[in-house]
Amino acid sequence: MRVLIDHISKVYVDRRGDSTEALRDIHFAIEENEFVVVVGPSGCGKSTLLNIIAGLLSSTSGQVIFEGISTDSRPRTAVVFQEFALFPWRTVFKNVVYGLEERGMKVEEQVEIAQKYISLVGLQGFENRYPHQLSGGMKQRVSIARALANDPLLLLMDEPFSALDAQTRTLMQYELSRIWEETHKSLLYITHNIQEAVFLGDRVVVLSRRPGRVLDILRIDLPRPRGEGLTLEKRYLEYVDAIWSYIKGQAREAMEEEG
Amino acid sequence: MRGERHPPLVERAIVQDKAYFLQMKEHPYLSLFSFIVILLVWEGVSRMAWVPPLFLPAPSAILSEGWSMVKTGAIFKHVFASLSRILWGFLIACSLGILVGILIGFFSIPEAVGNPIIAATFPIPKIAILPLLILWLGIGEASKVAVIALGVFFPMVINVYTGVKHVDPLLIKAALSLGSNRARIVRKVILPSILPMIFAGMKLGIGIALLLVVAAEMVAADAGIGFMILTAADLMQTKKLMVGLIILSLLGIFFNWLFQRLERLFIPWKQ
Repeated sequence: MRVLIDHISKVYVDRRGDSTEALRDIHFAIEENEFVVVVGPSGCGKSTLLNIIAGLLSSTSGQVIFEGISTDSRPRTAVVFQEFALFPWRTVFKNVVYGLEERGMKVEEQVEIAQKYISLVGLQGFENRYPHQLSGGMKQRVSIARALANDPLLLLMDEPFSALDAQTRTLMQYELSRIWEETHKSLLYITHNIQEAVFLGDRVVVLSRRPGRVLDILRIDLPRPRGEGLTLEKRYLEYVDAIWSYIKGQAREAMEEEG
Repeated sequence: MRGERHPPLVERAIVQDKAYFLQMKEHPYLSLFSFIVILLVWEGVSRMAWVPPLFLPAPSAILSEGWSMVKTGAIFKHVFASLSRILWGFLIACSLGILVGILIGFFSIPEAVGNPIIAATFPIPKIAILPLLILWLGIGEASKVAVIALGVFFPMVINVYTGVKHVDPLLIKAALSLGSNRARIVRKVILPSILPMIFAGMKLGIGIALLLVVAAEMVAADAGIGFMILTAADLMQTKKLMVGLIILSLLGIFFNWLFQRLERLFIPWKQ
């Protein structure tokens, strides 16, 4: 299975007929079991791209194609959103089984799968809590468990740790790295954080500011499992620096334009 | 040093909490105490006959009148008549209001059709429609239930509509990405999201229902709290009239309590 992002463009047209070009000719592929990170300055259309791939927004031109799967139904994806998007009226357990319920799975199977992923993200004992009783980091763990439990062909993550404080964020990056190494799901991860992109990704797609274009695609040749020590290594820092040199001019222009 | 200006003599200034009054103090006994004082003053005024008892009977006299109406059972006929009208009207209004509110809130065609109709009919005082309802449905129970249902329907439908419009679009996206279709989104995302708004609508609605049941019973009825109050006034039975008012107050308090309990039961995810 391979997901081809085939020359995607997106132009928003508002009510007055003014148009804003968000994405221009985005073309790359996510290979099976690959961790791809899309990084770009603010307002580069990263979230637009994710929504199009998730089937939550239509593109102006271009397609998202899941290659090598034999299914008539829509290819299953799952999204982890920045703001968690947990159902506040559902407990941790009920949130995690949401997708399984929608597939009409038997309750015993639901319980089994939910337990597997709840313990994968380290939330045993919190099954019956409501989201408002959890910290931000725990909420995002629930969201990750919910997405993984749905067994998606492609897991999508939209700046999942941006709403967390810096320390929790760092810990969650280690956590995600560990979880991914256990599951090896095809994963598309959106972020504006370059260090995060290098730490997590097999490949990093660098987008320009609006309209978002692919500036470069870098293969991150760092050994796995990746952990704490990695961020001090020379090669890691070189990758970070290389991406920053692409982005800093873009980010400055974006900042001055907005200011 | 002499001849130079001295600094002020204060050597230390201690910071005071300027926002202390924002932490509102609670006065649990004062509420009860003031309530009792008002009752006692009222009792005194009536006992001294400063105001004729025909205009303002003493609380004790009203209470004993109420007790005798309970003992003879005369009061229950009226209370049950009013309550059953409220109940039916309320049930019809709530179920229709939730249904219509979701339809016009979530689907574009019902919204385009329904919104102007609601905007045009909402401002009409519902009691003004009662004569028309009597003309259509007769002078019996149906027209009374209908006027209550109409009165409760509007706050309910408007609350539900507003609630649906304010459902977090991210939750809908999350449900879609996890495989929900539109019908299931209504049931599993919209409905739980708007529960607080439904309860708010019910609380608004019950006040309106009490108002309308009394008004409708004053127009045409042979039982009910409104009927009881009106006939008591005609016969200058002020005590009986006052009993009617107290029952209305108690009903209002009871329904508020009931909805608060139900809200806590049905919305356990709110702290």
